[in-house]
Amino acid sequence: MPVAKKAVVWGLFAAGGTITSFVFPALILLFLLIATDNTPINLEYSQVHQFMSGFYGKACLFVVISLALWHAAHRLRVVFHDFGVRKDKVVANAVYLVAAIGTALTAFYLYLI
Amino acid sequence: MSRRPYVRPMSKTTWYMRNGRYKVYMMREMTCLLVGFYSFLTIFGLAALAGGSAQSWNSFLASQQNPTMVIFHAFSLIYFLIYQTFAWFELAPKAMPLQFGEKRVADFYIVAAHYIAWAILSAFIFWLAGVF
Amino acid sequence: MNQRILELEVMRYDPEKDTRPWFQSYTVPCESDWAILDAINYIKENLDTTLSYRWSCHMMVCGSCGMMINGEPSLTCKTFIRDLPDKVRVEPLENFPIERDLVVVLDDVMQKLQVVQPYIIRKDPPPADQEYTQSRAALHKFKQYTMCINCLVCYAACPQYGLDNSFIGPAALSLAHRYNLDSRDQGKSQRLDILADHDGVWDCSFVGACSEVCPKDVDPAAAIQQMKIEGAKEFWKQKLSGGKS
Repeated sequence: MPVAKKAVVWGLFAAGGTITSFVFPALILLFLLIATDNTPINLEYSQVHQFMSGFYGKACLFVVISLALWHAAHRLRVVFHDFGVRKDKVVANAVYLVAAIGTALTAFYLYLI
Repeated sequence: MSRRPYVRPMSKTTWYMRNGRYKVYMMREMTCLLVGFYSFLTIFGLAALAGGSAQSWNSFLASQQNPTMVIFHAFSLIYFLIYQTFAWFELAPKAMPLQFGEKRVADFYIVAAHYIAWAILSAFIFWLAGVF
Repeated sequence: MNQRILELEVMRYDPEKDTRPWFQSYTVPCESDWAILDAINYIKENLDTTLSYRWSCHMMVCGSCGMMINGEPSLTCKTFIRDLPDKVRVEPLENFPIERDLVVVLDDVMQKLQVVQPYIIRKDPPPADQEYTQSRAALHKFKQYTMCINCLVCYAACPQYGLDNSFIGPAALSLAHRYNLDSRDQGKSQRLDILADHDGVWDCSFVGACSEVCPKDVDPAAAIQQMKIEGAKEFWKQKLSGGKS
């Protein structure tokens, strides 16, 4: 039986890596546009609130952000290992906990919108 | 004749400085920090959006509008493109070999398909956001 | 024929005399078409017969002559001096204990090659006429993974193996993948029990150095990533079917 946890977290890592590779550059560019006072029109409050109130907006955001969080968590675990931090179990529990909290927060705020 | 094999020590904290290949690998892995940062930044945005009025959202937008964030976003965009997006696409053919009959689909086409899909998806996101 | 004078800094280690390895310099007159192995052979024949190292075929098929050339894991019969500077540092393969001079202890990997069950595993009996038929297309699926000559240069390049040598490693995992992809084999599930376990595929973080240094283009990194996907799929298959498939 393949080691259960490793197969699952790697799967999330791979899915998250694929999604972030495709979606995050656009996301970061949108933040750059906001930061340079070129906020796109559909990111003004009424437009973005309307979009995020709908099912598709919520579903897409949830999938993208939660997979991104799990990808980052698993990768950070490997980074700690590569930097010589040997307490793998402690690191793993810490990073996955943060990813779980992030996932819960995402669901919570999306529910509120 | 006695054996006494010698084990060369390997630094567990600085091994990646040994050559360019390892350094690039670490740069690639460090993108997880950016992924984490932008995920939580987006979560803060969602929290602001759920605040109940335009005011919390507008404060969130305003919080990005300073020189530090402009530089950070610009740097992150370039770093992320090189060390995550492009790196991931270049490695994709290794994980998904395609063979039709006896012929293996050349890596070039698999990588190109990723870039095309990425361009289309990004354009769609920008269109949704009202960039054009 | 042009000649070049190369200065080789070769790592020496005599287990009976030395407490740690040290470097010895040799000045070697080389023909311009030589491989670095030829320069090492010159040292052995003309300058210092005490130098110990492994080599055999001199044509990239036996896998004996792997060493670190200027810090790069290389097959010395395939590394030509025309691609090297005048000063060349020659060391034994990284991540292995040094037996003597340029000879390393390979027992660990030799054992791992066996652990992955590198043979056809059948559940069904063999075909009635005692012959498996395999199309060319089916052969092409796994052929590149049969090209491994066990030179172990990939282990020298792999930092994960260097950090923790309980990792099964690139060559052994590629060998397992060769059998998983073979149409005659029915043992993938059985092999994955070992490969998708501790010290198996999950220890790989896709540095990719192994594939870059492989002299036979086996691409172990690809083999391992494909097995991670198989391992993940196998986990869900077993979970959903409630037992082994």
